[in-house]
Amino acid sequence: MKSSVIIFPGSNCDRDMDVALKKFGFKNKMVWHNDNVIPKSDLVVLPGGFSYGDYLRCGSIAAKSNIINSVIEFANKGGLVIGICNGFQILIETGLVNGALLRNKYLKFICKNVFVKANKTQNKYFNKIKKDILELHIAHNDGNYFCSEDDLKLIQDNDQIAVEYCDINGEVSEKSNPNGSMKNIAGVFNKKKNILGMMPHPERVIDNCLSSNDGSYFFENLLSNMK
Amino acid sequence: MIKVNEKIAIDHGLKKDEYKRICELLKRNPNITELGIFSAMWNEHCSYKSSKKHLKKLNTKGKKVIQGPGENAGVIDIGDDDAIVFKIESHNHPSFIEPYQGAATGVGGILRDVFTMGARPIANLNSIHFGSPSNKKTKSLLRGVVQGIGGYGNCIGVPTIAGQTSFDESYNGNILVNAMTLGLVKKDKIFYSKAAGLNKPVIYVGSKTGRDGIHGASMASAKFDDKIEEKKPTVQVGDPFTEKLLLEACLELMRDDSIIAIQDMGAAGLTSSSVEMASKGKLGIELHLDKVPCREENMSPYEIMLSESQERMLIVLENGKENKAKEIFDKWNLDFSVIGKTTNSKNIELYFNKDKVANIPIDLLSEEAPEYDRKWKKSKLPQKIKFKKKDFKNLKITEVLKKIISSPNVCSKEWIWEQYDHTVMGDTIQKPGGDAGVVRVHGTEKAIAATVDSSASYCYAHPLSGGKQIVCETWRNLISVGAEPIAITNCLNFGNPEKSENMGEFVECVEGLNEASKYLDFPVVSGNVSFYNETKDKGIKPTPAIGGVGLIKNYKDMITMDLKETGNIILVVGKTEGHLDQSIFAKEILNEKKGPPPEINLFNEKNNGETVLKLIKDKFIMSAHDVSLGGIMTGIAKMCIKGKKGVKFYKFKGLIDKFEYFFSEDQGRYIVEVKKENFEKVKKILEKNSNHYDLIGEVIGDNISINNEPTLSVDKLTEFNKNWLNKYMVN
Repeated sequence: MKSSVIIFPGSNCDRDMDVALKKFGFKNKMVWHNDNVIPKSDLVVLPGGFSYGDYLRCGSIAAKSNIINSVIEFANKGGLVIGICNGFQILIETGLVNGALLRNKYLKFICKNVFVKANKTQNKYFNKIKKDILELHIAHNDGNYFCSEDDLKLIQDNDQIAVEYCDINGEVSEKSNPNGSMKNIAGVFNKKKNILGMMPHPERVIDNCLSSNDGSYFFENLLSNMK
Repeated sequence: MIKVNEKIAIDHGLKKDEYKRICELLKRNPNITELGIFSAMWNEHCSYKSSKKHLKKLNTKGKKVIQGPGENAGVIDIGDDDAIVFKIESHNHPSFIEPYQGAATGVGGILRDVFTMGARPIANLNSIHFGSPSNKKTKSLLRGVVQGIGGYGNCIGVPTIAGQTSFDESYNGNILVNAMTLGLVKKDKIFYSKAAGLNKPVIYVGSKTGRDGIHGASMASAKFDDKIEEKKPTVQVGDPFTEKLLLEACLELMRDDSIIAIQDMGAAGLTSSSVEMASKGKLGIELHLDKVPCREENMSPYEIMLSESQERMLIVLENGKENKAKEIFDKWNLDFSVIGKTTNSKNIELYFNKDKVANIPIDLLSEEAPEYDRKWKKSKLPQKIKFKKKDFKNLKITEVLKKIISSPNVCSKEWIWEQYDHTVMGDTIQKPGGDAGVVRVHGTEKAIAATVDSSASYCYAHPLSGGKQIVCETWRNLISVGAEPIAITNCLNFGNPEKSENMGEFVECVEGLNEASKYLDFPVVSGNVSFYNETKDKGIKPTPAIGGVGLIKNYKDMITMDLKETGNIILVVGKTEGHLDQSIFAKEILNEKKGPPPEINLFNEKNNGETVLKLIKDKFIMSAHDVSLGGIMTGIAKMCIKGKKGVKFYKFKGLIDKFEYFFSEDQGRYIVEVKKENFEKVKKILEKNSNHYDLIGEVIGDNISINNEPTLSVDKLTEFNKNWLNKYMVN
């Protein structure tokens, strides 16, 4: 399986994603933001970081970069595209997924493990994961998901909420919401569910010696769907 | 052009006799640009004129030391051709004036010191000290500093893995912000700052030069008064995004051998970087300042030479490599300009639009810089306080514990480190909040542990003992996670060296830390001195901060402090004498601030540490924590909180009072958790090595239970531990 990770100036989770993809068996290539075409891929990843310094608005400049047209084209043809953290912000700025990511509710950068409930229906990211609640990791300043009432209705009706913050027992509540996100939304799909944008970093939790190993389920599941 | 006279020299922070000497050495009066250069290079911050004499005595050599002090950072060998580059540096004065930018650029500066040497930064740490929580400035300074440290480190993508925060009224008018960075490099790919060869191109890369930070280095050596707000324009503004690009571009250029020498533009900007590179190579340097990329119009040579704009580097390249280097910096959208060359004149010669604007023999700026033998006063060991039984009569251990565990200097600092990205790079295996932060050496089985410590009240009470104590505590913190301690870096934060008391504190702290460093074979490989930490003539408590680095050969051998399993027993290794003077207990509970700090017995320190490390390596220890602030009881409480498990204490049978036993801060001790079935084996090893130990309790349930005392649930304890800072920052 071939994957591509796009490097924007200011990306800083590109290497971590490369390490994770290779660990679980992807043949990964790094792609420079100034290139015009992505190499032949089964999966494209927009990694975390501070693309273009988060200047103007998180993700907004990356959404106008050279490579992005090729990513949009790939996504529109049904290709699998993941945006993690800053990558999620970029996906939103390109319009590939709905909503907005505001400054965290308590105006603080938050770096910690969180529990999330993943949507397993009709998508290749979480469908066969055995665990119901995953312990992943967040590290962001602007992850407070927001969208209009109409959009919310749309993504709810289409079952596009991909991951929700919850507690260890799976309860989705204000208490388990780290950043003020609407409906505890940690990630969303596009309508066809080939595009996933989410704040938690699965690539940072892929070994028992790290803060969790639950990211492994994510990558294993993804790979098993692509074979 | 302004004509230079004595008054202008004094306004630049030079002393009368220093200005006289400059004129004598030059055999003429300097012009304004030259005066600016002298004032920057002869300043305390760059010249170490008050500290040099004492720093020369430091123990800087060791089998694993590749590079000691004198370079951008120290370098140690961690085996398999890998090396760790590390250093700590202060950014105190700017952070008090403008906390966010001051702290942010402190992080930026230390990161550059490390990647200048060819190393990819792999971990950040910090040691930050604020005034009393009730001081009206403390909260906003703390918030600003934490956001600044996070803002820079998070963006550049280097995890902040450990740190230290303290509150003390002596920092009310002068906070301390010390930042430390570790980087990883291959032994044969280390870059140095010594220029070599004639007519080699000198290139300027990174951000453009602006008027920010002019005279930052002089400000860093000035005392504060009521007019500090006026100093705001001397604080530099950081751009971590540019630094990230600069990091990647430099590392890309460093893949082959294009670079002869490289130096970041830190304090005193272009002045100190060009002088230092030429001075080390015993060469001259010629710079054409009109070629320096500027951000503002009409900048004068004086301003260009003294600007402290951030994210800039000066590089001496091999001839013919200019185009290749330019391509890399173009790719990363960074400025690149050939601004001069190396010469054999041994002078720094500056041109601006073809006019020669300065010409100074380099020796006058480096070797001839003043060096003072300041007067210093020896401190006496304070008399020991005689605590009496009746002092403790009405106290309950659990009540005391609640108070200590929620006190500002002991409570959980999660509010702070949750704002630092501590997991980026995917190798953090011990996060902040433990005895030391630990990261894997990427792609290998090795791991590096790092910690930063300081004990200002011990140093204030008796500088010599305090100096020793910090080195020992750093050593213990590394051992407590299973790392073999290798070397240290020091950030020496003191008051005014022109006052004999403050100078005495410096001299004796350095002597103490040197003694411990020698005994433990724990050499100093880098560091920084920050003097003049005083406001309105009142100095801070002497606060040397020591950053320690250790190696874990196989990361799976790392241990943490959280209690692991019900049924395991708890031992204290090291003897508890009951020294309460200068302890948190004495200060918070008995309101007694006098007395000597705990005594340091270096033999016991080393012996206990070595045995504990051996026991960890042999897998006999399930969790460990060094005994420090708040003594045994506080230490165990923290292990309970982290492990979410309780402890039942066995019936106390010591010769000293139980409060002295549980809350004294005697040194050289560790709390360790051992499986019951291994106790006999562990006991034998401890006895064979003559290590004193006490068996004090076992892991059970979810309460702390002590004979004759109400139990205290670990949940409650956790609340007490976490709530203070959260509430303080929210209200």
